[in-house]
Amino acid sequence: MSRVRVLVGTRKGAFILTADGARKRWDVSGPHFGGWEIYHLKGSPADRDRLYASQSSGWFGQVIQRSSDGGKTWEPVGNKFLYDGPTGTHQWYDGTPHPWEFARVWHLEPSLTDPDTIYAGVEDAALFRSTDGGQTWQELPGLRSHGSASSWQPGAGGMCLHTILLDPSHPGRMFTAISAAGAFRSDDEGTTWRPVNHGLRSEGIPNPTAEVGHCVHRIAMHRSRPGVLFMQKHWDVMRSDDGGESWREVSGNLPSDFGFPIDVHAHEPETIYVVPIKSDSEHYPPDGKLRVYRSRSGGNEWEPLTNGLPQQHCYVNVLRDAMSVDTLDPCGIYFGTTGGQVYASADGGNTWAPIVRDLPSVVSVEAQTLP
Amino acid sequence: MIRVVLPAHLRTLARVSGEVTLDVEGPVTLSAVLDALETAYPMLRGAIRDHGTQQRRPFVRFFACEEDLSHEPPDTKLPEAIASGKEPFLIVGAMAGG
Repeated sequence: MSRVRVLVGTRKGAFILTADGARKRWDVSGPHFGGWEIYHLKGSPADRDRLYASQSSGWFGQVIQRSSDGGKTWEPVGNKFLYDGPTGTHQWYDGTPHPWEFARVWHLEPSLTDPDTIYAGVEDAALFRSTDGGQTWQELPGLRSHGSASSWQPGAGGMCLHTILLDPSHPGRMFTAISAAGAFRSDDEGTTWRPVNHGLRSEGIPNPTAEVGHCVHRIAMHRSRPGVLFMQKHWDVMRSDDGGESWREVSGNLPSDFGFPIDVHAHEPETIYVVPIKSDSEHYPPDGKLRVYRSRSGGNEWEPLTNGLPQQHCYVNVLRDAMSVDTLDPCGIYFGTTGGQVYASADGGNTWAPIVRDLPSVVSVEAQTLP
Repeated sequence: MIRVVLPAHLRTLARVSGEVTLDVEGPVTLSAVLDALETAYPMLRGAIRDHGTQQRRPFVRFFACEEDLSHEPPDTKLPEAIASGKEPFLIVGAMAGG
C-alpha cells in the first residue's frame, strides 16, 4: 500500500509527517534542526529517499542538509553560494542601487531525473545549481545578468527567487519567479532567460503592465500539461496556456484574489487550489474563515472548501511554499499555516483535518508519495 | 592545544559536545584559530565568517579572557592563556530576539 511523507519547514525546525495511503493516522518526527528556520525541504523525484533541506539562521547563515534515507539521518553539505562574476546592483527600497547580497535559500528544486542535481532559488534573487548532491553550488548567472536586473526591487519579504518549475516535456525549459521582478523562462537549461509577464497587471508599480516588476507569489503546473501555468500574483490569479508567453486573469468569483500558494490536482490538470487572503496589509483570511478555494475549470469559477477548516476567528496566513499535493487517488492536498497547523485532505479538498495543530509557524509543505 | 567553546547551535551542526580542541601551527591569531576550526569541522564554514568576505557574521562574537575581540583584525594574536589552553576561546551567538 502506498504511503505519504509530508515534509514541513517551519520557523524553528523541520518536521516529517508520514501516513499510509488512507492518510488518517500520522506519525510526526521532529523537530529536525530545532531552532533554525527551515524555508524548504524537498525530495528528489528520482530517488524519494533523497531529501534536501534549506536551514538558515540570522546568526549562523545558510546550511544545506541532505538525507539519503528519507529524513532519518541528515548530513550538512555545501553552503557556499557565491554569485558568479561582478555582483552588480538591484534597486533598494529607497530607489538607490544596492549590491546583490546572499541572504538565504528560499526554495530547493531537485532534478526530475538525477538525485544529485538540484536547483536553489536564493535571496537576493539568483538561481544556483549543484550536480554533486549539494556539495558545491554554481550560479546560473544568465538570470541575474538579464538586462532588467538592475531595476528589480525586493518585495516585503526580500528579493527572493522562490519558485522553480522544471518542464518534464521540454528538456532544458524551466521557469522561475522572483518577488518583485516577475516570472522568467529559460529554454536552454538556465543559461539564458527572458521575462514572461505579458498580461500581468499590477497597479502598485508605475507602469502596471511593465515587462518586469510584478510581485509574483507562486506558479504551478501539471506535469501532464506543462504548457499551462497557473499563477498566484500578489493580487490576481492568472493562467497561461502558452508556456508563460501570455497570461489572463482567472480570479473569477474568489472573495479575494490576494494570496500566496497555488497548486494543481495530481490527476485533474484543470483543478486548481488557492487560499484567498484578505489583503496585502492584513495577511489573514477574509471574515476569519480559513477557506481553500477550488476551481475545476482551470479558474474563473471557484468553490469554497470549508469542511474541517476553522470558519470563525481564524487569522493565520498560508505562505507561498506551504501547499502541496500527493499523487494518490483520490488526490491528497496539504497546507500549513503561520499558526502552526498542517491540514490534510485525502479526498481532493472535500474534507479536511489537521495533522498537527501546534508547530512553529509553517513556511513550506511538500508531499511525497511513496511506494 | 587551543580550547574553543562553540554556541549550542554550532555544536549541534558540528556534532560535538562540550569544548573543541585544536592544534594551531604558528602564531595563535584570530584567523589561525578560525582556520583550524573550519578545517577540522568543515560544516562550520560560512556559519562564523562569511564565505566570500571572510568577515565575522554580525551576530557572532569572539571572547577571550573576558575581552571582546570581535572587532579586532584577523591577525590579532590571542592572549597567552588562550594559546596555552589555560583559557578557552569563546565563539558566542549574540543575545538577540528570535
